[in-house]
Amino acid sequence: MTKQQVLDLYFMDARSKLIDIAAFLDRLDRAEGQPDFRAGEFRKALEWMQSADQERAKGVLLSLSDPTTEPIAKAPGKGACGAWPGPGTEEGR
Amino acid sequence: MRYIEPHGHMVSRTTDDYEAMVYAGCAAVCEPAFWAGFDRGSVEGFRDYFCQLTDYEPRRAARFGLPHYSWLCINPKESEDMVLAEEVLSIIPDFLGCPNVLGIGEIGLNKNTRNELRILERHIDVAAQHGQLVLVHTPHLEDKLKGTRLILDAIRADGRLVADRVIIDHCEEHTLGLVLDRGHWAGITLYPESKTTPARAIDMYEQYSRQNLWLNSACDWGRSDPLSIPKTVLEMRRRGHRESAIEGLVYGNPVRFLSQNPRFQLRLE
Repeated sequence: MTKQQVLDLYFMDARSKLIDIAAFLDRLDRAEGQPDFRAGEFRKALEWMQSADQERAKGVLLSLSDPTTEPIAKAPGKGACGAWPGPGTEEGR
Repeated sequence: MRYIEPHGHMVSRTTDDYEAMVYAGCAAVCEPAFWAGFDRGSVEGFRDYFCQLTDYEPRRAARFGLPHYSWLCINPKESEDMVLAEEVLSIIPDFLGCPNVLGIGEIGLNKNTRNELRILERHIDVAAQHGQLVLVHTPHLEDKLKGTRLILDAIRADGRLVADRVIIDHCEEHTLGLVLDRGHWAGITLYPESKTTPARAIDMYEQYSRQNLWLNSACDWGRSDPLSIPKTVLEMRRRGHRESAIEGLVYGNPVRFLSQNPRFQLRLE
């Protein structure tokens, strides 16, 4: 596809998602209380959006991933929350 | 266009879904064993489930002329209870002779624990001993990268499985290259929220591999869409892919992998 074709096919969809992310951050800022680690990890991952790297999707996924390599002793639960809290936490081990 | 749904948890879906899939061109559905959304209480619960996968569900699909195949295992979400897991592993060989069973799956990891890894190694051993194809689930979200690496290393450490008889499923942009570099097949799962969208799936197809790759809906009891493969066919047409290339991805590729088990009857022609 040409760049023009990509824009013609995907611009409106991407525009909608971009505004949704902006509205989510606004909503988060307006809300009361302290956010957990996911807010900070989300903002860190957002930095990939302005990267010149052509693997931005991969960069966002890596940014939100557990980078450790050893299996853990016990599962903290069955689910995943979408971001890694870092070492020394219940989920981050 | 004809396509194969190589990963659908049909026990969680309605008969209407079967009908809609057939209307959309589905030529066969393959159902890996998975977590029911709650932990089963005993090995007898798994025996009943395996009977459902090998007897009842194929008959339900056959009402619509749809061939149904299955894969057997205890899923990683229930592998923390190693006593139960060993009991379930002991009954799997009883079902490997069933005419619709294609292999061991979907094994893998969930939270990347030592017990999950031990039970993954036990499944690899059963597959190697019985010469089975293997379908591997990779963990969700933040756990996927680490889990994929641990799984690939466990398979390599065992050394008995032939790489292209193993498919590693639920790959995304940060894991697909790792899987293909080891010579395995890779699966991409189309989900409304987690995993990938049709657009991202076709991005990966265009960038990484047009050969050892399949798409699936992994439809189950959660938010998922049993028609996500035909919807991705539309995505490919919008981008101008040829019909032969599209059918190669959604029909030809799964046929090539699954035909490594002679029980899988569909052919390329």
